[in-house]
Amino acid sequence: MKARAFNYVRASTVVEALKAFEDAQDDASYIAGGQSLVPTLALRLQAPELLIDIAHIPALRGIELQGDWLRIGALTRHFEVLSDPLIRLHAPLYSEAAPHVAHPAIRNKGTLGGSISHADPASEFPAMTLALGAELEIAGRDGIRRVPADDFFVDLFQTAIEPGELLVAIHVPVVRSGHRWAFHELARRRGDFALVGCGILAEFSGDVVEHVCIAFFSVGSTPLRARQAEEALIGKKLDQVAIAAAQAIVGDDLNPPEDEHTPPAMKRHLARVLLGRLLGEIARQDV
Amino acid sequence: MGVLTPLDRPNSYIGRSVPRPNAKRLLAGRGRYVTDITLPRMLHVAYVRSPYAHARIVSIDAQAARKMPGVRLIATGEDLAKLCTPWVGTMDHFKGMKSPPQLPLPIDKVVWSGQAVVAVVADTRALAEDAAEAVYIEFDELPAVVDIDAARDPSAPVISPELGSNLCFHGKIDTGGVEDIFANAAHVVEEEFHFGRHTAVTMEPRAIIADYDVSEAKLTVHHATQTPYQFQDIYARHYGIPESSVRVIAPDIGGSFGMKLHMYHEDMAVVGLSMMLGRPVKYVADRIESFVSDIHARDHRVRARMAADTDGNILAMDVEDVTGIGAFSAYPRTSVVEGNQVYRLMGAPYTFRNYRADLQVVFQNKVQMSQYRAVGHPVACTVTERLVDMIAEKTAHDVFDIRSRNMIADDAYPCTSPTGYQFEALSHHACLAKVKAMMNYDGLRAEQAELRTKGIHRGIGIATFVEITNPGPAFYGVGGARISSQDGAIVKITPAGDVHCSISVTELGQGTETIIGQIVAEHLGVDRDRIKVMTGDTDTTPYGGATYACRGAGIGGETALQAAKKLKANVLAVAAAILQDEPDRLDVQSGWIVEAGTGQQRIELSEIARIAYFRSDTLPPGTQAQLSVAHHYAPQGYPFAFTNGIQACHLELDVETGLVKILKLWVVEDCGRVINPLLVDEQIRGGVVQGLGAAFFEECVYGDNGQLTNGSLADYLVPMAVEMPDIEIGHVETLTLDTQLGAKGVGEAGTAAASAAALNAINDAMKPFGGTIAQVPMTPARLLKALGHI
Ligand SMILES: Cc1cc2nc3c(=O)[nH]c(=O)nc-3n(C[C@H](O)[C@H](O)[C@H](O)COP(=O)(O)OP(=O)(O)OC[C@H]3O[C@@H](n4cnc5c(N)ncnc54)[C@H](O)[C@@H]3O)c2cc1C
Repeated sequence: MKARAFNYVRASTVVEALKAFEDAQDDASYIAGGQSLVPTLALRLQAPELLIDIAHIPALRGIELQGDWLRIGALTRHFEVLSDPLIRLHAPLYSEAAPHVAHPAIRNKGTLGGSISHADPASEFPAMTLALGAELEIAGRDGIRRVPADDFFVDLFQTAIEPGELLVAIHVPVVRSGHRWAFHELARRRGDFALVGCGILAEFSGDVVEHVCIAFFSVGSTPLRARQAEEALIGKKLDQVAIAAAQAIVGDDLNPPEDEHTPPAMKRHLARVLLGRLLGEIARQDV
Repeated sequence: MGVLTPLDRPNSYIGRSVPRPNAKRLLAGRGRYVTDITLPRMLHVAYVRSPYAHARIVSIDAQAARKMPGVRLIATGEDLAKLCTPWVGTMDHFKGMKSPPQLPLPIDKVVWSGQAVVAVVADTRALAEDAAEAVYIEFDELPAVVDIDAARDPSAPVISPELGSNLCFHGKIDTGGVEDIFANAAHVVEEEFHFGRHTAVTMEPRAIIADYDVSEAKLTVHHATQTPYQFQDIYARHYGIPESSVRVIAPDIGGSFGMKLHMYHEDMAVVGLSMMLGRPVKYVADRIESFVSDIHARDHRVRARMAADTDGNILAMDVEDVTGIGAFSAYPRTSVVEGNQVYRLMGAPYTFRNYRADLQVVFQNKVQMSQYRAVGHPVACTVTERLVDMIAEKTAHDVFDIRSRNMIADDAYPCTSPTGYQFEALSHHACLAKVKAMMNYDGLRAEQAELRTKGIHRGIGIATFVEITNPGPAFYGVGGARISSQDGAIVKITPAGDVHCSISVTELGQGTETIIGQIVAEHLGVDRDRIKVMTGDTDTTPYGGATYACRGAGIGGETALQAAKKLKANVLAVAAAILQDEPDRLDVQSGWIVEAGTGQQRIELSEIARIAYFRSDTLPPGTQAQLSVAHHYAPQGYPFAFTNGIQACHLELDVETGLVKILKLWVVEDCGRVINPLLVDEQIRGGVVQGLGAAFFEECVYGDNGQLTNGSLADYLVPMAVEMPDIEIGHVETLTLDTQLGAKGVGEAGTAAASAAALNAINDAMKPFGGTIAQVPMTPARLLKALGHI
């Protein structure tokens, strides 16, 4: 199929982009890497009057350490996430997830900000945004605001970004010593959206879990934190008993939709298996 | 000093891995596919499709659409029915077979979701799609017949009421004695198998340009097809155009796998649209359209049992296959061929004689199901080979031992299968022994046992198969279908001593042109790089069957061989006249006329050509040089040249997640003469990948309302490189004596048994857990169920 005809403008500043959207009276769409948007245009699932290309706005680019936070520009491409040393050092769950996001051609175009704004519940980066406890910098008519990841993912493909607003950057609190993390996903083919995936960031005090963030994807209408499983681990040593307790309860944390290919019972089962494997891996990181 | 082999003879190309001369051109982006062709004044069509699986068409309103920019024509089923006569996909040799008449576009009702209803022709495809959105069709939805049991329920709606029921064909085979054997057998195993629908997913989709020239009343069709002559015949007959005024050109083709030899409604409509407009009209199926209009394959439920004596000697099989083919049988080859091959190929490698089978082919409101690579073979192979493994388990035999105990001995030929297929010569035992050595079977078993203690679960599965190749007229011709089983070639020498061969078999990316060139080079006596092979044009090649059912090498190759020999005799006659020698004392080698005994060069072929074409005055009086020959060849001995082989699959099953890592696959195959080892091996590898796709990934899933729920490449999983194992291939060469070439087909062997070997391997891996599976694709969900996790 061919996309319906549309107009196109290239914005060179955030202000210009916001203005263009306003002028189009909301019948517009921002385009960054186009890797989620263009397929929906080609299938005529969306047909905005105007595409506003934000891929050339300098303010949305760059990866920079700002005190205890790493600022990652929204336009950072997936392949940069995969290879950037600052991200590897300070926000390692993004680096670990990146090889599982699509394929090289798509990673060359797709942007971290696009993935997070699009908020596909099966996507890796939105869930890792939760796991890392990041904050999202959003520009709108009334200026800039920062939204914690826990408040950002609202519903299926729905985020705290209001129509016309732009995600400018992702701010990640840098990992410290005492942090351990693990990522894995179960997919039928490499590069596919996962059946179930999970990233965990845990903070230890000695061998006791002080704080932990377990973020699942592909198990509900948004990326999800497994709050009860997290609770079950806090203050515990990460031994077989603690892991089993977290596994026993994690099914209740998830809300997989009815789907004949991967029924909810299967998703819950896979989430239990995955959680056990990841916690086991984190336990073994003990040095 | 090395030992001399037949490959050391001059211009010996048969048996050599000659790379495809056209591969470079395609890689360089110089291929010319139908999508690359732009004709002057060409228009584009988009179709408005049915959202319902079964519905009456109440009304069509195209008023608004007609006024949209760039729109040249909007045509309905009624408009096209004025030009095109209906077609019926039946053949006489399937007794009692029924199928409703079909038209390019439907008139009063739609029978599957995605069926094209209205054609919108515009200056560009995008404009045509814009206008298609403005066509309003009112439907009256009817209950959809989806499930194969529901279709046969007497209370079910009948999709084509004029046929009386949803049963397309009912066949039975019974050698007698089956009931008694099962009643008294020491061991009986039985299973219910499910084979999902999948589809071809060619890299190049279906594409066609019809160009009707009103001034000469001539039709030219540029068509991404494997069978140009078949379509010339169809377009001529159904549009009432003299055959000589219809030209079908198949340029470069990007994969076909049987999918591009069926009559599709959109394609037939394009011809009518061009006739109505007097302008070229192009249609290219996009991926979404391919999923809802290309033929699907398989879709079988088989209940089968096998009886054996106490020692594990197989005594009999009893099979019941029900297969759903969509709302009609495909044209012109019919959708019964698949089921027919399923129930005739069961048990083919084995010696037992008692067999009973029942085949029911039913209509349903889905996309048409018809011939796709390895027609019927994977189903028959999986059922047979799984039952054989079950007998092995019951009688405590190893999977290799049970097969060598039961397979037809390599010296027992000629003989027949329990269903009457005639085998000239097969090599099951040689293949079995070879694969066992290649895979280090005993080593793998030892490793399996050791890894099991560490919680790693590997499985080993093998599957023996036969493959139908080189079909004679018994396949289609006797059923009344105008599908040729013979081929023709014209070979000529140019004044420079180069060679042109135009031949009726076609090139789809599988390398037909390469091997035809090799055969001509060897049997004419010239270098391969001086031969140009031309295919795929009804105006410039002789009439022939083209490419289907593994016949290009065996039948097309023999045609080329005989043509080349004929031309060589002509060359030698002229050469003898010029050299004042005897033709039988001369030979042609590497483009030279040589002394047959010594190889001593006498005169170059180009010199013969120069004299013949420009200085015929210097030839002895009465000498007329014939440096072009036309030759046809039709298979006459066995109805089919059966091939055989065995595949072995080694994989690792994650018993907690149901995910599978395929570790390795081995194939030992006997296709007779191997003309080009490189191409033969790649045919097998590609086929194996499609078989593994069927085993683990590919399935067209329908909802209860007859909607295809995964019709895009985001949801329909094709096998990809990362998931595919190394595929190691070995050969046994048992020539067919029906031809001088001795080659049989190889295109479907890989697909025939890969899914069976995989299914056996998975069941082997699951053995410690007691679960089994008899359904493909083996998805994680199905495996987790079999393992008792969900
Ligand atoms: C074949 C294929 C496989 C894929 N596999 C995966 C996978 O395994 N995992 C995965 O996570 N993803 C996958 N993707 C999606 C891919 O990661 C996308 O690139 C990503 O989801 C979107 O980023 P983008 O820059 O391309 O956004 P675009 O497609 O340009 O935009 C997506 C949406 O976000 C909005 N948007 C973009 N940037 C901003 C911004 N800065 N502020 C506000 N709104 C914005 C757009 O308006 C649009 O609505 C796959 C895509 C393809 C085509």
